[in-house]
Amino acid sequence: MQGRSAGHWRLPAPRALAFAVWRRNARVWVRLMASNLLFHFGEPLLYLLGLGFGLGRFIGEMDGVDYFAFLASGLVASSAMMSASYEGIYSAYTRMVPQKTYDGMLATPLEVDDIVAGEMLWCATKGCISGGSILVVAAALGAVTSAHAVFCIPLLLLIGLAFAGPALAMSAISPSYDFFSYYITLVITPMFILCGVFYPIGSLPDALQHAVQALPLTHAVALARPLVTGAPVEHALAHLAVLAGFAAAGFYVSVALVRRRFVV
Amino acid sequence: MTASGPFVVEARGLVKRFGADTVVDRIDLRVPRGGCFGLLGPNGAGKTTTLRMILGHSPPSAGTLTVLGEAMPAAGRRVRARIGVVSQDDNLDPDFSVMENLEVYASYFPHRRHRPLRPFLESLLEFVSLGDRAGYRIQALSGGMRRRLVIARALVNEPRLLILDEPTTGLDPQIRHLIWSRLRALTERGTTVLLTTHYMEEAERLCDRVAIIDHGRILAEDAPRALVAREVEPSVVEVRAGERPPPPELARQARVEAVDGVWHCHTSEPGAVLASLGDYPELEYLHRPANLEDVFLRLTGRELRD
Ligand SMILES: Nc1ncnc2c1ncn2[C@@H]1O[C@H](COP(=O)(O)OP(=O)(O)OP(=O)(O)O)[C@@H](O)[C@H]1O
Ligand SMILES: [Mg+2]
Repeated sequence: MQGRSAGHWRLPAPRALAFAVWRRNARVWVRLMASNLLFHFGEPLLYLLGLGFGLGRFIGEMDGVDYFAFLASGLVASSAMMSASYEGIYSAYTRMVPQKTYDGMLATPLEVDDIVAGEMLWCATKGCISGGSILVVAAALGAVTSAHAVFCIPLLLLIGLAFAGPALAMSAISPSYDFFSYYITLVITPMFILCGVFYPIGSLPDALQHAVQALPLTHAVALARPLVTGAPVEHALAHLAVLAGFAAAGFYVSVALVRRRFVV
Repeated sequence: MTASGPFVVEARGLVKRFGADTVVDRIDLRVPRGGCFGLLGPNGAGKTTTLRMILGHSPPSAGTLTVLGEAMPAAGRRVRARIGVVSQDDNLDPDFSVMENLEVYASYFPHRRHRPLRPFLESLLEFVSLGDRAGYRIQALSGGMRRRLVIARALVNEPRLLILDEPTTGLDPQIRHLIWSRLRALTERGTTVLLTTHYMEEAERLCDRVAIIDHGRILAEDAPRALVAREVEPSVVEVRAGERPPPPELARQARVEAVDGVWHCHTSEPGAVLASLGDYPELEYLHRPANLEDVFLRLTGRELRD
């Protein structure tokens, strides 16, 4: 009851009602499922077929793995990142600000904590659908050689959560859509290029190799790749911990920032 | 339900500050159970801010606030489960049809969902005369239809208390009358209605009690008729006088406000005022009983806001 920021940073306490928010978004998505799926498959498929077949021909193997499978496993992780991030910025921002969906929700028993939890789960779901689409295509083209690939599904949810939190935090502080192109250009695209999707991070200069360890996509790729190719997963707990850390911190920060926007 | 006691909203010394601005300034407000209560005030008076505190969206800077018997903002979830809200801005969900808007909204009230849901939602659409629009997209609705849909949506949890922030602003007279009749029907069924408005006619027709608020303070609170009887003279003679000043005898018979070429003569002796005006046959005038708008303007002044 003191200052303006009173209570915004207290710990979130979401309830099961968060799933009502998830269901709302899922309902919108299902109605346009055909075109939505096309979008999910479309762009990563272009990378996979274009680069996988195009470059794969010259490269053959990378890091001891057939380049097509190498790239596909990287794209599984990166498309989850892309999809969760875009949902967390453009789509969630649309609901949060111009469309005033959150204002309507807040007049019900829903609190910011529930809304952000539901949104994060939904972003992660989209990440999972995107990454899963790549996996299905890669499997159909014979690039998935391990049954462990099914563990990609829960992994993709976690990857989605790790990117959804920061994206929602961006939405919460954004004055307009323009803001998001900075986030894409300065944060998401560099990760896409640097975190081991297209080549092993071992080929980066030393300093950069260390730097990319701080980025969540590095850890997402480090987990997804062996699951797809059947190689042993190394440092699994550490990678999972980094992703879970991003998800948890992202949730906490975005709840606080959305509260700051709506509970004043 | 737990909410007992004669008041659905009880505020004591309620304050809201934004930085150095005190937007709600130590108000005491008691909204009785049943009937319709109006919060009247000019733009920027603090009406929406007060409602936001009542809904638990805005933590008060000081004071205590009880809604439906529970302390706010702590009991926000429980209290909002039993309140319906019609906000000042349209926030219908454009991703959904009319019926889907109600269905999705109902899903946010897990413990108060009417079963079976569908016929209940259809009855809500009928109630606001949108029974034939269930499948329409939101973009295809007129402003009046949207407002009625927002009202129907606010009823999905069968609220004990319905809060409306300027429910008829920007609507045509037909729709306003329809909305008034629906709100009356609700109060007859026992729902308490709390609304804000700057339409004095609306407040006079609908509200059993009104509070006039300005600069975050409550200036007067009572039944509309009692306020008119207490705060202003019973008759008003409006004279179109142009630039000339009111004659001195008029000032003895009435409280005269000359505003933009019109003398507003507030008086208990309309006969005497009309007799004096007989000396000026060229002046056009209108004689009417005092109303809530006269009270409002007397208490909040005539200068422009914004
Ligand atoms: N979040 C905020 N930060 C700073 N000032 C605010 C905030 N919200 C409202 N105010 C200020 O508080 C005052 C009261 O606003 P409020 O919206 O409660 O008025 P109102 O009576 O609802 O007016 P209207 O009839 O125009 O809707 C205004 O001066 C407004 O600018
Ligand atoms: Mg307002």
